[in-house]
Amino acid sequence: MSQPSCSLRPLHLAFALDGPPRRGRRATEVFDPEHYVRLARLAERGTLDFVTLGDSFARPGPDALAVLARVAPRTGRVGLVPAVTTTHTEPFHVSTAVNTLDWVSRGRAGWTVEVSGTPAEARLFGRRDAAPADALWREAGEVADVAARLWDSWEDDAEIRDTATGRFVDRDKLHYVDFRGASFSVRGPSITPRPPQGRPVVAVDATARPARQVAAAHADVAFVRAEDPATAAAARADLRERARALGRDPDRLLVLASLPVELYSSGDAVGLADLLGDWHADGAGDGFHLRPADPARDLALLVDGTVPVLQHRCLLRRFYPGTTLREHLGLPRPANRYASARKVSS
Amino acid sequence: MHLAAHFPGVNNTTVWTDPRAGSQIDFASFEHLARTAERGRFDFFFLAEGLRLREHKGRIHDLDVLGRPESITVLNALAAVTDRLGLAATVNTTFNEPYELARRLATLDHLSAGRAAWNVVTTSDAFTGENFRRGGYLDHADRYTRAAEFVATARELWDSWTAGGVPRPVTHHGPHFRVRGAFTLPRSPQGHPVIIQAGDSAAGRDFAAATADIVFTGWGSGGRPPGKCSTRHSTLAAGQEFYADVKGRLAAHGRTADSLKIMPGVTFVLGDTAADAQERAATIRRQQVSPQNALLALEQVWGVDLSGYDPDGPLPDIDPDPESQLAQGRVRLADPKALADRWRALSEAKGLSIRETVIETTGRQSFVGTPAAVAEEMTAYVAARAADGFILVPHLTPGGLDDFVDRVVPLLQERGVLRTEYAGTTLRSHLGLPDPVRPVGKD
Repeated sequence: MSQPSCSLRPLHLAFALDGPPRRGRRATEVFDPEHYVRLARLAERGTLDFVTLGDSFARPGPDALAVLARVAPRTGRVGLVPAVTTTHTEPFHVSTAVNTLDWVSRGRAGWTVEVSGTPAEARLFGRRDAAPADALWREAGEVADVAARLWDSWEDDAEIRDTATGRFVDRDKLHYVDFRGASFSVRGPSITPRPPQGRPVVAVDATARPARQVAAAHADVAFVRAEDPATAAAARADLRERARALGRDPDRLLVLASLPVELYSSGDAVGLADLLGDWHADGAGDGFHLRPADPARDLALLVDGTVPVLQHRCLLRRFYPGTTLREHLGLPRPANRYASARKVSS
Repeated sequence: MHLAAHFPGVNNTTVWTDPRAGSQIDFASFEHLARTAERGRFDFFFLAEGLRLREHKGRIHDLDVLGRPESITVLNALAAVTDRLGLAATVNTTFNEPYELARRLATLDHLSAGRAAWNVVTTSDAFTGENFRRGGYLDHADRYTRAAEFVATARELWDSWTAGGVPRPVTHHGPHFRVRGAFTLPRSPQGHPVIIQAGDSAAGRDFAAATADIVFTGWGSGGRPPGKCSTRHSTLAAGQEFYADVKGRLAAHGRTADSLKIMPGVTFVLGDTAADAQERAATIRRQQVSPQNALLALEQVWGVDLSGYDPDGPLPDIDPDPESQLAQGRVRLADPKALADRWRALSEAKGLSIRETVIETTGRQSFVGTPAAVAEEMTAYVAARAADGFILVPHLTPGGLDDFVDRVVPLLQERGVLRTEYAGTTLRSHLGLPDPVRPVGKD
């Protein structure tokens, strides 16, 4: 069979490994690492850009970042993007954990920034009361900001191992971040050297208004939950405009339409390919984040049914062009802010 | 005999100048050491913690290995490439919250099918606190009360689901923590992750006797002041004293002597002959104590800038500054003047240079000899009740355990003191520890 030559810019495809809570789902599955390994490998077979795993301190189930760290050595290419909340955690710990996920996955880590808004979550910590979404997202933006500064706090070539002078690092290439936010401060530098991707990919669900400015300012990937392509396209335009206003290149912020999916047959899978193609043609986004009703069933049908159709239509690549998540997404490795600052001043 | 492997991390015993020294941060290094430890049928793999880069003279300390990943994340990844090896993370109770850490540790226990361990440490260090919301407000006396309440709260959460898999809300109101709500994970495969504790003060020993499954001690006594010379004999005696003291405290907490394992951190140097091993040990000591590191060690005692001194020359005749803040992120010596006097006396008596004095007085090598001699000596320490086993601290990353596993482990197995196969799957089963009792009324 002849392959059409592809000149279109392919869409990006991400898949949530967690489905909505439902009756009959085996509780043990949620704690079985092999369940997640099977799904992530399946996603990798479909050359999906990345998989996501949600989290909250009140949701039954394990720590999402830990699950994807457990999956990392058993997969080779697919991006791994857990949710990590910022409200009751230490920003320094969040920064090193996400950084370490990038080290153990050799450059495939991302982070969906989330907040904890409920009184139930606040009571589990007993340190602060529940706060309005606006305040929580302002803080989340600060946490994303300081995390990125900590990732940059080691320049890439800081480790020198200079036996002549006995120096393991060049300390001029390590930087205090001296971050002062409204509710926390961090001195720095990080204890963990700069991760393989420079900075892991930052994702934000920008559907709700309070999250949108954080996405525009700090995200590499924004998710937008929408019922129709026009709504998704409008949200994308809004996010790009906000990013531009903040001095960012809007092409460095990918906006994925986040859709619930439920596939019962291979016919549904082909139908999904048609739908994604239509949304894409209508400018709904740079790709899709699919939220399944049943992850195992829906992902199998997606990979075996939807993906080949999208590939045939030149809407999805057939192989991973690189090894890191940034490479899958076509995002450049960020320059280190401290290294460039030094270059300018010297 | 119980054995564990310490990842050679941020300290001045890790030799990074050796041509065989690899990355301290690439996952491949962690995987190599963990797989080697599992090949040697070790009980567990151990990661230390540091939450702020050390400083010296107001600048980041640049002579030793620094930079490490976040422990629990690395251990979750290692759970994918090992089957039986226990996975121990050092995590501070001062700059964490019980609910979050209990959840992360329970997750590790679930995802590793029962191989998680937690080395409970504390700090009162405001210097480290500058990286955290918490800051550095805790005074020394609060360290153990917060740690004890932290561990107790974690246990309430770990115990909170019924045997039938129903979550029961926890209500904890203590002086340090208020936690109310349901834990999100069922009881983990080990019931509770294994608890490790270090610390040599009376409060530390009591805390360990009350709560720990393993005590991680310094070599010999569990925390000799650095620089104190000791012969092998006194090290054995000091180990026996510590062992008897800590085990003797268990009964007061209703525990048996077998319920707590005492494992000193030790180093080793192997050679084909005794002389060969001694020569290697001397070479390693010179690698660990570079000229720059010798001056640094001196500055940490004296508390003043000594960069003008020649490391191959005599010790300074000035006295240490008792109020020095020269080094940050290190434990301050109790009596720098006394130590400086001892070092000067030794240097004059033996005609040692600064570097030679530091090499002589900061010896860290525990077992030096042929594989047969090392196997015999380790066995003797366990037989004499100076230890239940050892946490081996190699000086090379990541291959520092290869020789030990290839050459010493088979001899220990021949002697019948080390397992040839894992009997169970969980770390508790390796250690011969019972599953924690589920509190009455929870079922």
